[in-house]
Amino acid sequence: MSVLLSLAITLTLMLYVIAMSIGLWRLVRGPSAQDRVLALDFLYIVGMLLMLVLAIRYNSEMYFEGALLMVLFGFVGSVALAKFLLRGEAI
Amino acid sequence: MTPEIIIEVIVAALLLFSGVVVLIAALGLWRLADFFQRMHAPALASTLAAWLVTFASIIYFSTRGETLALHVWLIIIVLSITAPVTTIILARAALFRRRRTGDPLPPPLRNQSTPPLS
Repeated sequence: MSVLLSLAITLTLMLYVIAMSIGLWRLVRGPSAQDRVLALDFLYIVGMLLMLVLAIRYNSEMYFEGALLMVLFGFVGSVALAKFLLRGEAI
Repeated sequence: MTPEIIIEVIVAALLLFSGVVVLIAALGLWRLADFFQRMHAPALASTLAAWLVTFASIIYFSTRGETLALHVWLIIIVLSITAPVTTIILARAALFRRRRTGDPLPPPLRNQSTPPLS
């Protein structure tokens, strides 16, 4: 791995971390409950992207399974929270 | 300019562009005024940024190993199925909660081509 690619990966991870901290601010601050659910969904997606970038960084394909699981758990969690906001019961 | 250098430049450019797109999505989540405006911003992260990272990963692992590494498509397929479902259910929940608390709702669409159901 050349210096250019590792520098680009480091910069991308820094941008992701800045975006995740902004999402975390919205999660803590958010005026309504649906804002918090939206911020949690955003955090899941950025975490999944971060796992994919780490797969390139460490040259390992094991991170793909983690990223796929993060997509599925983020979907289930967001839908359950949104259904809870809609009806007052999750299932 | 060997082919390895060109491939690494392409992968680095795709990754940096995805980082910038995710940052734009986070800024939209931060700065936009209303919840229904804020819902638009994270879609940028779940579509464009995810596609860019997927292309970077496919290019990197396909040129690194001997075989074509296409299994990252699975993440894109799952994400493109699940992201609209989450968005629609969350929008319906937000509308329901706003109607119940009496907060101002977004205005209806005007000049509808189909007549409203009633």
